[in-house]
Amino acid sequence: MSDAITAEGLVKTYGEVTALDGLSFTVPRGTVLALLGPNGAGKTTTVRVLTTLLRPDAGRATVAGCDVVADARRLRSFIGVSGQYAAVDEHLTGAENLEMIGRLYHLGAARSRARARELLERFGLTDAADRPVKGYSGGMRRRIDLAGALVADPPVLFLDEPSTGLDPRARAALWDTISELVAGGSTLLLTTQYMEEADRLADQIMVVDHGRAIARGTADELKDRVGGNRIELTVTDAAEMDTAREALAWVAVGAVQAEPESLQLTVPVTDGPEALRQVLGRLAGTGVRVRDAGMRRPTLDDVYLTLTGHQAPGTDEQVQEATR
Amino acid sequence: MNALTMPVADGWTIARRNALKIRRSPDLLGSAIMFPIVFVLMFAYVFGSVIEVPGMSYREFLLPGIFVQAVVMGAQITGYTLTLDLQKGIFDRFRSLPMAPSAVLIGQTVADVLMNLASLVVMAVMGLIVGWRVHTSPQEAVLGFGLLLLFAYAFSWFTATVALGLRTPESFNNVATMVSFPLMFVSNAYLDSSKLPTPLRVVAEWNPASTFTQAVRELFGNTSDAMTTSDAWPMRHAVPASLLWIAVMLIVFVPLATRLYKKAVSG
Repeated sequence: MSDAITAEGLVKTYGEVTALDGLSFTVPRGTVLALLGPNGAGKTTTVRVLTTLLRPDAGRATVAGCDVVADARRLRSFIGVSGQYAAVDEHLTGAENLEMIGRLYHLGAARSRARARELLERFGLTDAADRPVKGYSGGMRRRIDLAGALVADPPVLFLDEPSTGLDPRARAALWDTISELVAGGSTLLLTTQYMEEADRLADQIMVVDHGRAIARGTADELKDRVGGNRIELTVTDAAEMDTAREALAWVAVGAVQAEPESLQLTVPVTDGPEALRQVLGRLAGTGVRVRDAGMRRPTLDDVYLTLTGHQAPGTDEQVQEATR
Repeated sequence: MNALTMPVADGWTIARRNALKIRRSPDLLGSAIMFPIVFVLMFAYVFGSVIEVPGMSYREFLLPGIFVQAVVMGAQITGYTLTLDLQKGIFDRFRSLPMAPSAVLIGQTVADVLMNLASLVVMAVMGLIVGWRVHTSPQEAVLGFGLLLLFAYAFSWFTATVALGLRTPESFNNVATMVSFPLMFVSNAYLDSSKLPTPLRVVAEWNPASTFTQAVRELFGNTSDAMTTSDAWPMRHAVPASLLWIAVMLIVFVPLATRLYKKAVSG
């Protein structure tokens, strides 16, 4: 049994909305898989199915060898879940929350208490341990919620958009914590809208869109799939954009993206340095004044754009609500 | 842990959580303890100075009614906190844990009974201060409080059912007020219902709030021979009728609330 999570043809529909459309994947034990996609792509639904909160309409899934439907009760003792919205009790203190979770994992009173203190210390919440969660900052709430997922030291962890709503500093701190966690050998399924987050935390990234997996690989593999490099060119005047676009089209392996406001053009190419030289050569006699020209590795935003044909969206709360 | 001990142990864990929650929510504490105190004082001194009941002091007559009222209001905490929890992610957390699913509602209703016990103690003390007394044996007095707590437990399953059907705190509060006011006022809790005009009198006689009030009056000895006794069956057999009500409420609302809970959380 080398896969901690398996999913086979998962389907879930809400009326007209298809949240999962035959999603299949596996997560080998001890690895991190990031589900990357915009709101409404089916990430949260996937987590809800795998954590037994939601029955799939069709398909099968197992976590730690347990079927998500038939063996749900046993499955739950092997998982830790931290949701998109901090699922802790506001009126209880941090310590009381963790202790309660420990008891509900049936660790026993003494072990639950000790484990709560241990985790509070590890997450830097010792000072806030005996204050109601109500008064915690956003970052502290995330940490206490994450700590809740770790109470029973479960072999499989699910983190649904762990850093949504955090400021950059709190996010960086959370990433460090998660990195340490997975270094300890846990299997982790992570959902995120942030390319950077997937890149930073995951061994493998699966891009999902409309309830389907549209690509899977390491961050580097995905970047390679959409062309080895990007050429970025900035011109001086809007009138020069068209000429520059023609020159770029010669070397392009995908669509040329133009941003008229910043006078910038971006294009995927296979051989970066060679393409850059050709483009600059073609532009030399045209009178186009190149202000800036450069080459860069594609970001996951580029990956997303190429694979789905649309920009990775920012927020689209309605769709998210519909799939919850 | 086996299938039998797990719901009990988990239910107790949840009950402790809810008890802590109630203790830290001034609004809940207020409605469960302050309201009844205010009611005891208002009815005892305002109504008490104009209302007369035959053969006994109005305050002695009143207190059992106020006890029942406190239970009706206190049991609403179950429904109200359930609607609040539904809006947070805490049920998702519970459902992802290897706990007994039934523990959530068991814990909520048990915590409510603990709360009601505290509220009854406060009110009994208030009652003693304003002149209410128990005229029966200590055993019967204990039975009286026991009956109130059983009623509280059964009634909180009713409020849980309503709450899980409505799902938002606002609509729950509206419905709770709309139900509990007529329930308490068209009854014998504050007034001698035999003096009501016939249609209202019939409603009052068959109103469960009257049945419980009458049963508690009998068990505490807050009755008077000078009062007209009703011919309605639940008024003549108030204690067995109360037990019957409790049984019916539990038989109907425990499974119903459980079903609605499953429906409400599996979104």
